[in-house]
Amino acid sequence: MANLRDIRRRIKSVKNTAQITKAMQMVAASKMRKAQQAAINGRDYAILMNRVIVSLRDAVDQTTHPLLARREVKHELVLLFSTDKGLCGGLNTNLFREVMAFPAETTSFVSVGRKGTQFLARMKRKMIADFPLRDHPTFLETKAISKFCIEKFLDGSVDKVTVLFPMFVNTLSQVPKAMPILPLTSVEEGGIAVQQEQIKVPEAGLLFEPGAESVLNAILPAYIHFSVYQTLLGTRASEQSARMVAMKSATDNAKNLVKDLTLEYNKARQASITNEILEISTAQLALG
Amino acid sequence: MLHLEIVTPEQKTYSDDVDSVVIPGVEGELGVLPQHVPLMTQLLPGELRVIKGGEELRLAVGEGFVEITAEKVAVLTDMAVKESDIDESAAEAAIRRAEEAMKDNKLGDEEYATVKASLQKSLALVRVKRRRS
Repeated sequence: MANLRDIRRRIKSVKNTAQITKAMQMVAASKMRKAQQAAINGRDYAILMNRVIVSLRDAVDQTTHPLLARREVKHELVLLFSTDKGLCGGLNTNLFREVMAFPAETTSFVSVGRKGTQFLARMKRKMIADFPLRDHPTFLETKAISKFCIEKFLDGSVDKVTVLFPMFVNTLSQVPKAMPILPLTSVEEGGIAVQQEQIKVPEAGLLFEPGAESVLNAILPAYIHFSVYQTLLGTRASEQSARMVAMKSATDNAKNLVKDLTLEYNKARQASITNEILEISTAQLALG
Repeated sequence: MLHLEIVTPEQKTYSDDVDSVVIPGVEGELGVLPQHVPLMTQLLPGELRVIKGGEELRLAVGEGFVEITAEKVAVLTDMAVKESDIDESAAEAAIRRAEEAMKDNKLGDEEYATVKASLQKSLALVRVKRRRS
């Protein structure tokens, strides 16, 4: 029976698919552990850095440093973090829905990650730069990205820089999050770190050594560089988690499918055997 | 009491109540006792000393920032290694590599700055380690 062979063929191909998704799940799981660890390790630093910046922001006049200056927002720059590869569930789709919320005329984009680049090109959004990304991003690589954003902000071509990225909540949940990073006066408490903490501003004004300008010149860009780096690590962790979950459900689905198909196959086989017996006995009756 | 926290992008190296701490700042060594005036300063690669209950702990630290408030010292740096964890031979090898790379003069500005920073960190490591022996 042709039907039998078709079913057998389908079972085989579904099994193959399951094998591939299973392998991808394992790879993603091991990468996920590393990526999550990297993201978590940086969290203490991020929390402390954020606290310092927030208390600093309240302690000094915002005209002290160009990176703190709040201007009327005519043009906004969005730094979009996405993944290079697909097969990670709804991660990118959810992210791109947020992209559409930004007005097309006044927003330009900087894309990190190939999927985001493709999406922006397809949607004909204004993209001024895209940066390639490797599996293990180094601080130096992301520094180029943050430096580019700082330059754009300082030369006045954009008045606000927002980072849009899939925030890592836990393995099962990643939420797209838009976080303003420039001017630094718009940095929220909590910022890159999820944790919120009450921040106490020193009541007797802060002293700077050797001077406010010199310290701010060093710490403000350092904060931006680190934020971008930390965001990237978070994006990586989100990507691998999302991929692992997506691949796990794909493997489960494939297994269920194989089960259903096997049942169908056995039924068909049984039916054909019954048929053959029927034919033989009918023939015998006719002869006898 | 003074609460000291030393964190690097990789981990939280130190978090404890201490008696006092001596920090290698841009303006020279800076001793901090409880009830210090709120101060924000930059950290240079060098030796950070923690004094707690009469005992002294030395750490080699890299570049970074220090935020001091009356009861708290927060040190943000790109490197912090306890004296006992310093691998002297590895640090010396790193110094040799960095010096060679700088001699070649083929580096761009950005790379040069990076190599120089890592050289200073390695030098700080070796300095801290040799003080004792």
